Amino acid sequence: MSSTQHEWPLWEIFVRSRQGLGHKHVGSLHAADAEMAIQNARDVYTRRQEGVSIWVVPADAITASSPDEKDVLFDPANDKVYRHPTFYQLPDEVNNM
Amino acid sequence: MSPVEMNLEARFEAYVAEDKKIEPKDWMPDAYRKTLIRQISQHAHSEIVGMLPEGNWITRAPSLKRKAILLAKVQDEAGHGLYLYSAAETLGVTRDQMLDDLHTGKAKYSSIFNYPTISWADIGAVGWLVDGAAIMNQVPLCKCSYGPYARAMVRVCKEESFHQRQGFQIMLTMAQGTPEQKALAQDAFNRWWWPSLMMFGPSDADSPHSGQSMKWNIKRFSNDELRQRFVDMTVPQAELLGLTVPDPDLKWNEDRGHYDFGAIDWDEFFNVIKGNGPCNKERLAARVSAHERGAWVREAAKAHAAKQAERRAKSSTHAA
Repeated sequence: MSSTQHEWPLWEIFVRSRQGLGHKHVGSLHAADAEMAIQNARDVYTRRQEGVSIWVVPADAITASSPDEKDVLFDPANDKVYRHPTFYQLPDEVNNM
Repeated sequence: MSPVEMNLEARFEAYVAEDKKIEPKDWMPDAYRKTLIRQISQHAHSEIVGMLPEGNWITRAPSLKRKAILLAKVQDEAGHGLYLYSAAETLGVTRDQMLDDLHTGKAKYSSIFNYPTISWADIGAVGWLVDGAAIMNQVPLCKCSYGPYARAMVRVCKEESFHQRQGFQIMLTMAQGTPEQKALAQDAFNRWWWPSLMMFGPSDADSPHSGQSMKWNIKRFSNDELRQRFVDMTVPQAELLGLTVPDPDLKWNEDRGHYDFGAIDWDEFFNVIKGNGPCNKERLAARVSAHERGAWVREAAKAHAAKQAERRAKSSTHAA
């Protein structure tokens, strides 16, 4: 039976597919340090020109919201339809708005 | 089961029924988690072990171009293994545990990789048939209910199509070559056809996990359904190559609108799974040896990382 102590730390990988777009999560991989994580990410996630920039983040540095908090966090936005422009009915004569 | 758990289970069932994705932190039944860990890790192992039969020909590829292509393909298989291992890790299993299960023989990998690649034509047949069958199996997985697995499969499927086409092209070149080359292509076809049909797994009646996996939207089509689709798709391709399908019972069935094909030798299939295929021992030994011989590299990299971190910490203390 092996334990987790042998394996290299886990890194989450984010790739910017082209200039002008944000970095997007593509998966994860193991590497001894950040430099190796970038090298490995290049080989694992960008073999076909999928990216122009890579972020690597130690997986344990990410704090995620819990699915149980979904209602608490996101429900309050549900009944605020007035935040969307389509909420406002304007006369047809109004242009450029 | 407590009322809270019943609620969670009901929410999970509803999600799956509505074709919504389950994500890593969502509640899921233990059996669902276990099934996915088993399936995804075995899928990853298959990609990694699958590098071996093809790696066998990298140094002997007939031209520099073929060699570069084969290298790229084998590198893709490594990548596919890594996408899948990381998808499995989101379910709480560690990489070490998965590798341990592979190396001790506890975890399985696809039986097809326990057959040898004895001529260059085998590289063609593997790409055309084995990757072809894999695509047939994998495309529906792009829509499976577990988000990280589905996303990994989208990447895999995008890349897999190059594998199949390069294999078919090797077969085409050899089938149109000298009589000796054509004979090699036919021989490879003869040896890989039946094991490729076995890749879809036992007949539906004998497939222990199928029913539950269908309910959970992990599996979308039955083994026999996918196998039939593969036969229907591949037979015309063989005709185009001018090769003979090694099955005397194969014939078009007008009523069914499908090819009828001969009985599969399931004794062979289960025998290879049990470890008695032509290359089981060799494949596992190669994996274990690669892992053991790489141990010092993994340790050295860790030591280097620790030393660098220590140096950085020291210099920042000095700076402060």
